[in-house]
Amino acid sequence: MEIVLKNISKRFGAVRANQDISVAFYSGRIVGVLGENGAGKSTLMKILSGFQAADSGEIWLDGQRVRYRGAQEAVRAGLGMLQQDPLDVPAFTVLENFVFGNPNLANPRQKLAELAARFGFHLDADALCGQLSIAQRQQLEIVRLLALGVRALILDEPTTGISAEQKELLFSTLRRLAREEGMTVLLVSHKLEDVIALCDEVIVLRGGRLVGRTSMPTTPQALVAMMFEELSPIDARPSLPLGQTALRVESLHLHVDRLHLHNLNFSLRGGETVGLAGLDGSGQEAFLRVCAGLLRPQRGRVCVGEQDFTHRSYRDFRRAGVYFTAAGRLEEGLIAGLTLTEHVALTDEGDDGAAWINWIDAEKRAAARIARYQVRGQPYSPIETLSGGNQQRVLISLLPEHPRALLLEQPTRGLDVDSTRWIWQQLEARRQQGAGIVFSSAELDELVTYSDRILVFYEGRCVEVADVRQTSADALGHLIGGNF
Amino acid sequence: MDSVLQNTLNTVVSNATPLVIAALGETITERAGVINLSLDGSLALSAMVGFVAAYAAQRSGVSAPVALALGVTSAALIGALMALIIAWGGITLRRDQVAVGFILTLLAADLAQFLGQDYTRIPGPTFPTVPVPFLVDLPVVGPILFRHSLFVYFSYVLLIVCWWWLFRTQGGLAHRAIGERPASAYARGVDVNGLRYLYTILGGALVGVAGAAFSLNLKPGWANPPSMRGDGWIALAIVIFGGWHPFRVLLGAYLFAALRAFASAAQRSGDVGIPLVLLNAIPWLAMILTLVFVSSGVLERLLRVLPRAVQNRARALLRSDPPAALGTRFEP
Ligand SMILES: Nc1ncnc2c1ncn2[C@@H]1O[C@H](COP(=O)(O)OP(=O)(O)O)[C@@H](O)[C@H]1O
Ligand SMILES: [Mg+2]
Repeated sequence: MEIVLKNISKRFGAVRANQDISVAFYSGRIVGVLGENGAGKSTLMKILSGFQAADSGEIWLDGQRVRYRGAQEAVRAGLGMLQQDPLDVPAFTVLENFVFGNPNLANPRQKLAELAARFGFHLDADALCGQLSIAQRQQLEIVRLLALGVRALILDEPTTGISAEQKELLFSTLRRLAREEGMTVLLVSHKLEDVIALCDEVIVLRGGRLVGRTSMPTTPQALVAMMFEELSPIDARPSLPLGQTALRVESLHLHVDRLHLHNLNFSLRGGETVGLAGLDGSGQEAFLRVCAGLLRPQRGRVCVGEQDFTHRSYRDFRRAGVYFTAAGRLEEGLIAGLTLTEHVALTDEGDDGAAWINWIDAEKRAAARIARYQVRGQPYSPIETLSGGNQQRVLISLLPEHPRALLLEQPTRGLDVDSTRWIWQQLEARRQQGAGIVFSSAELDELVTYSDRILVFYEGRCVEVADVRQTSADALGHLIGGNF
Repeated sequence: MDSVLQNTLNTVVSNATPLVIAALGETITERAGVINLSLDGSLALSAMVGFVAAYAAQRSGVSAPVALALGVTSAALIGALMALIIAWGGITLRRDQVAVGFILTLLAADLAQFLGQDYTRIPGPTFPTVPVPFLVDLPVVGPILFRHSLFVYFSYVLLIVCWWWLFRTQGGLAHRAIGERPASAYARGVDVNGLRYLYTILGGALVGVAGAAFSLNLKPGWANPPSMRGDGWIALAIVIFGGWHPFRVLLGAYLFAALRAFASAAQRSGDVGIPLVLLNAIPWLAMILTLVFVSSGVLERLLRVLPRAVQNRARALLRSDPPAALGTRFEP
């Protein structure tokens, strides 16, 4: 399908999410839509697929001007979009999700099985959708949209939160759809490697404007140059003399759900950073939570400094200077509905154990942190109105200045290159003050760049990569796949 | 079968019927993501209005069936009107549904007492018992299930229709989806708030019918304080107990009525050696225990033994999670 956008503009209050964007996409091509967080990618794609209305501008499909009210009409016109968070119904079975919204489908069970088999998806028609992985839910959305007869597919950040194999499967599916069926595929991403691996051409958005279009192959440097106006230089990462043991785990045994961690020993010293690698659910999340006092091991000891903390609460861990932040920013880390000031008050006063809140003072401290951590928001902004990158900045700003150990679960998940670098500057500063850092990440480059040592988890087993400087991201990838 | 036992079970079914109708109505509403907390007041008000309408119609000389039909219709309208206020407050005015429901239930209960005070303890038209030909002759179940008033048969039909609609039709998928994940339903072209209005009003109308089932059949007439006071809250609890599934809701209502019958029988005989307070608490205790059982890991472990296809169906039947979007607003 040939898609032409003419002069699309959209604003949210003062934010100009899309400014006068004109662009065309052609059949059989996979086009990457690249840009840092907040560049306006999602907004443009939502306008194209009927989820939002543009303030002005025109959409032409195969030479016809279209105006739709709602996503359903866009689907009928042949345009389907996979949202960042798949728009399915978790309480429905896979089959029910497949059928819902497509009443004219004859023999849906067979159709679902056919489509799934064709692309090598494993979708159990009777399983509950809420129990599937993100990747499977994406697969379900893809086959659902295909069954509805879409001729163009838009995917918003589909590679966030899925494993490398699943990503390969997704990409090969998209390639086949473009090559064999002449579908137009638009891949929204802020990850260069995804775009380079998959796309035939790339358009780049920055600050709501279309700033570039280029055919592949091209170099990452060329893309980065288009995405960012200026680059903050990468700081050389000094090795520090190691301090005392901050955290020690001895012969840890842990069973949670299907995961078994077995006889794990680990110690963290002040001034070092340890990266945790592994596919989602390989044990690194559980391990971090054990270190933070959030999960009780079945056997083994957890020591903070020289003291045994095995049966102490998370609160005691915090008092002793061990802090944890979870990957789910709004689910576990921050509290939707509370403002920045309230977060500051909750964190600071909570730790002092004071009963009364001095709001004037709390607001001052919130404002100070906003300035210092360059958060785009106000002390009175509810936290959920901030963008992901700014939420992460708040989360980091709530960590104390001189912790003993920081336990961070995917601290830069979903952030653009600039924000990631900025977060690491803050973490490095704390490391230089003597803190030990343990972090998990799905980005191999990040692990190799910022760690002194790396623990690789695979199905609850764990190996250590002691000399990170001699290890490439490739070698690490092999370990993560279980080739110890 | 022992005819005393048969009679008892027959009474249990008829006693449970208003609860069944009200709880199924609430199930329809909550499955759409709206919580109508005004049940207790709605039941009282619609019972009163239904009785007064039927009584007045009969006095003015119309035949008994017409008077009864008028009574049920006006009761249903009252229930629908209460639900409309919930929908309007919760959806259009974007107020908290729980708060609106609470205020409404208090208001309606008082209104029923105030407006009904001239109609207390007077005889009026009632629904007769109409055995179903042939079915009533079935061994064992015939006399228990098919020797009742029309309300009971209506509850059977309602049960089947409810279940079939929710789990066997595209319309039912949309119905459940707007209670689970309205954004997904919206993306598939469903008019979320329009349907929420519809199902709230429909559910409310059924609560109204349940009110009429009290005042025109089960406990004919009107009294101050009304005899069904508290039953609205019980119906709400039964919806939770029933895991928002029509069959379990029915089961919950029957179980509750049976335990109540047992408690009052034990009280009458007076020599069971259990304190009265405890006897009255039995239905509630049983409900809490079942809820704990359903939501504990025991059930999941039992389910895992079953073959996969059956497993999912059993899980849908035994689930105890409320609709994920219950009580929330949706703005496209
Ligand atoms: N519904 C909304 N309300 C207010 N602002 C929004 C909304 N959606 C997006 N924005 C703002 O518009 C800008 C572009 O957002 P988005 O299109 O999501 O960017 P991207 O997908 O490239 O990260 C951001 O500044 C974002 O905060
Ligand atoms: Mg986006």
